Amino acid sequence: MSGVSFESVLEQFPGTKWDEAAGAVIAPLGQARAVAEWLFGQGVDYCSNVTGVDYLEREVKEKITNDDGETETITRTESGRVDVVYHLYSMRDQAGPLVLKQRTSRDNAEAESLTPVWRSCDLQEREVYDLFGVNFKGHPNQRRIMMWDEFEGHPMRRDYTEPFDHEWEPTPHNEVLEKHQRGKVII
Amino acid sequence: MTAENPNAGFDIGDNTRAELERAGVIVSSVDFLYNWARGNSVWPLTFGLACCAIEMIASATSRFDISRFGSEVFRPTPRQADLMIVSGTVTKKMAPQVVRIYNQMPEPKWVIAMGACAISGGPFKQGYNVLKGIDRYIPVDVYLPGCPPRPEAVLQSLNYLQEKIRTQDIKSDPAFTRGRRQYPVPSFTGTDLEPPYNPEVWHPPHAPNPKPMEETTA
Repeated sequence: MSGVSFESVLEQFPGTKWDEAAGAVIAPLGQARAVAEWLFGQGVDYCSNVTGVDYLEREVKEKITNDDGETETITRTESGRVDVVYHLYSMRDQAGPLVLKQRTSRDNAEAESLTPVWRSCDLQEREVYDLFGVNFKGHPNQRRIMMWDEFEGHPMRRDYTEPFDHEWEPTPHNEVLEKHQRGKVII
Repeated sequence: MTAENPNAGFDIGDNTRAELERAGVIVSSVDFLYNWARGNSVWPLTFGLACCAIEMIASATSRFDISRFGSEVFRPTPRQADLMIVSGTVTKKMAPQVVRIYNQMPEPKWVIAMGACAISGGPFKQGYNVLKGIDRYIPVDVYLPGCPPRPEAVLQSLNYLQEKIRTQDIKSDPAFTRGRRQYPVPSFTGTDLEPPYNPEVWHPPHAPNPKPMEETTA
């Protein structure tokens, strides 16, 4: 199968990184638009899917070898982040998918809109904005798409706490049972 | 003081009625005629919200054939419809529009809440984005459980509705006496709809069990 491989992206843009575990090209902030335009020029003409992934801050245990040649386990804190994931295909070359990621922080989540390159990103970037709270710079029409305009918060964020409108049920179980025990039953 | 019998002159027993019918005389009441006509020409609204709508559509196909009961005329405008089949999940975003469509329907009008979601929110009940039952905002005549209900169940709910229509009294039924029923359209807030329910049509369960399950079972 012909088409653009991720190696050529990495060659063309030295700032980009290859994430082996995710199988994705990670574009640094501010370079995604340039990468996208270059890819579009190479025949990657179709963006099939845009989504977001939210990672909370977490502690990672790592085994390292120190200067004395001993192995020790250290704990480091991995900061939280939000990834915006693009699945790209080439209809011309019948190739794909090529996964492109924009990695941004959780507190001030900003990414570059790729809607000017692939029109199909429009609604899906709006969805990521709505549910993950990522601001897309350069998006022509960035508003909420799933929730109503007045809605507060971004429900797909991991630390989202939904409003407490729990209601009485005859047979609560699992999360509903937890809610049942946590607070007063409103209705 | 006893009220005068409003059906004086028409209030004959079934035996007398049958005897007269054998003699070729049909004696009936206005109620019966109205309800017979209305009950057999319930025009539903072309209106679907989720997967239940597929079953509702299937009930109109030749295999199940809702036209056997006179309801094949799905009207694309609420101005011409009698029956609103709320078929599917009513999200909080959609709820104001559903109430608005209901308000636009002329009297007499009926509502079937089709499927678990329209009745109570179903599997999405305790979530942040789904209304916990459309009966919070508009009066529901027939609750049709299922996930989704089969087309046969749709037809049966229509039969139940027809049974209900046959018992309507045109002198006292709100559909005929109060003018077009309209209910306030809820508005959006940061977290929920305001108001969360319409006290005119729905009340919280009278005595909910506020204790956690483990306490009650222990």
